[in-house]
Amino acid sequence: MNIHEYQAKELLRQAGVPVQPGEVAATPSEAEAIAARFGTAVVIKAQVHAGGRGKAGGVKLAKTPAEARAHAERILGMSIKGLVVSHVLVAQAADIASESYVGIIVDRVSKRPVVMASPAGGIDIEEVAATTPNRIRRVAVDPRYGLQPFEAMQLAFFLYHDVRRARAAARILRQLYDAFIASGASLAEINPLVSTPTGELVAVDAKISIDDNELERHPELAALRDETAEAPSETDARKANLTFIKLEGNVGCVVNGAGLAMATMDLVKYYGGEPANFLDIGGSSNPEKVVNALRIITSDAQVRVILFNIFGGITRTDDVANGIVTAIRQHPLRVPIVIRLTGTNEQEAVRILASAGLSAVTDMDEAVRAAVALVGAESVS
Amino acid sequence: MSIFIDRTTRLLVQGITGRDGSFHTRQMLEYGTAVVAGVTPGKGGQAFDAGPAATAPPVPIFNTVADAVEETGANVSVIYVPPVFAADAIMEAAAAGIPLIVCITEGLPVLDMTRVYPFVRDHGARLIGPNCPGLITPGVCKVGIIPGRICAPGPIGLVSRSGTLTYELVDQLTRAGFGQTTCVGIGGDPINGTNFIDCLAAFEADTATTAVVMIGEIGGTDEQDAARYVSLHMSKPVVGFIAGRTAPPGRRMGHAGAIISGATGTAAEKVHAMVEAGIPVGDRPVDVITLLRERVAAVGSAVG
Repeated sequence: MNIHEYQAKELLRQAGVPVQPGEVAATPSEAEAIAARFGTAVVIKAQVHAGGRGKAGGVKLAKTPAEARAHAERILGMSIKGLVVSHVLVAQAADIASESYVGIIVDRVSKRPVVMASPAGGIDIEEVAATTPNRIRRVAVDPRYGLQPFEAMQLAFFLYHDVRRARAAARILRQLYDAFIASGASLAEINPLVSTPTGELVAVDAKISIDDNELERHPELAALRDETAEAPSETDARKANLTFIKLEGNVGCVVNGAGLAMATMDLVKYYGGEPANFLDIGGSSNPEKVVNALRIITSDAQVRVILFNIFGGITRTDDVANGIVTAIRQHPLRVPIVIRLTGTNEQEAVRILASAGLSAVTDMDEAVRAAVALVGAESVS
Repeated sequence: MSIFIDRTTRLLVQGITGRDGSFHTRQMLEYGTAVVAGVTPGKGGQAFDAGPAATAPPVPIFNTVADAVEETGANVSVIYVPPVFAADAIMEAAAAGIPLIVCITEGLPVLDMTRVYPFVRDHGARLIGPNCPGLITPGVCKVGIIPGRICAPGPIGLVSRSGTLTYELVDQLTRAGFGQTTCVGIGGDPINGTNFIDCLAAFEADTATTAVVMIGEIGGTDEQDAARYVSLHMSKPVVGFIAGRTAPPGRRMGHAGAIISGATGTAAEKVHAMVEAGIPVGDRPVDVITLLRERVAAVGSAVG
């Protein structure tokens, strides 16, 4: 789960990191009032879960409260990569002598948290990694001991040559590490970490992603979720305990298991169709999950055919069949449906479907070909 | 022959009285697996009723894994506890000296795994999973949740990051007459205990395995590393499949580990690495069967 810049900065502030002062505004007059209170130049920053805010016009410098109001008027309500801006951060503008990058991810290869530092701050770290990899230094931390002072100093001296700023950077690295562990993050970064002309360090932008699997034991972090920042169908699916990702195509897919769901999408594409979504109804699927899945898929106006692909192991195919029949009784379908099911209680499932006038096939390829053909036939007619 | 589990497997079930644990314990007993103990804290001294379908006697339940190991000599553990307790359950099994631990539980925080992984390794144990369907040696022993009826004994080794996609491929293998030595699901999380290379090395060493099917998916570089390993160290043919060719970058496709980050972890990159290493990759699941038939025939005629 991604959280907003202002939320990430608050977590860092609580961990002791010196953060650029700022407050959140939802209206232009709030932005003006905050700027007046600060009495300094401010930066108005769109709060959306998207990179490239600056290029999109979502970050503006304001020298006066009136200017802050004008910028906030333009930025609030603007759309950045399809996401509408509902809040702006009004932050005191920092005097910048130099910019660095510090960040932490969980590395799959070393199976450890890896702390990274680069003197090339302010730009995308993946770009730095691709173009000038010698400008990044990394330390893989043994999580049983945490980030040691000497490890933090090694990275800090890569950023700054004077001991005063190096010590300050090492302290910030350890505070960042503590915040990363305490919040169950999968990513935490400060970019840029700014050095002012007087040699003070301050976090000017920050990003934290929380591991979804940590949210159960961190209700205070789960509460930071901004539902306006996700597609409504994805919020709906999450509440129904389904994993759903909306795509651009027109073949709506309902599958049990993530790997089989991906393979089904791939097969739709292989036969010339376009998947409308990824949807995994999970292992022990009860009929209600199937009802919710069908409701979410059919609410997408682009969907022209629905494709079920169920391999019954733990999932009982008769449960799925009951779910399909119940859902169709509640909300009659306006598009054709193709059902593939095989495995546990398959004969019972076929009987349940037949009683509702539906049929099923047992072969995955056959079902996908049929679904794609239905879309093709419809677009021709 | 087989890898990791066989007739000597004496299985312990952690979380045996839970909804998933009890259901799958009955399935494993019905398959003929020697389930010798269960653990549920607070239910030590009770017995797990295997149900009318099983011929096995009731399974004794213990409060701790250490007690269970001492009393029953269990040498493999399978874990069905909720995600917030799973890291502790894995470490408890490793500390009790169990050499093979299989964690079915999905949803372990990845930071928990950064602590669990070195703990398990320092205790000399092997962890399979988490977030995996377990493994099965057809006709002999099943540890986890892979449906027994789709498998058949034979000479093919199978290793996969997925669950139901594994069943799909195993089912197609069995229908095509390719039985299996062992099918292993290593799990879909970004940090897991056993990777492709561990399983490929074990299949290479297993005299009964003549060819291997590996099923990967987007995210990480495990398949690319495995491809390099195959080209350097394996004499047996390997064929593959990669799921997620149509997955958008930056989105987590159900499995926590199935995410394309930046330009790494794409299906195209993995397919390329595998083909370069001499591992043919099917465009569709059904193509895997065709490719396997070709490779097995080629090896057979070269030997003959």
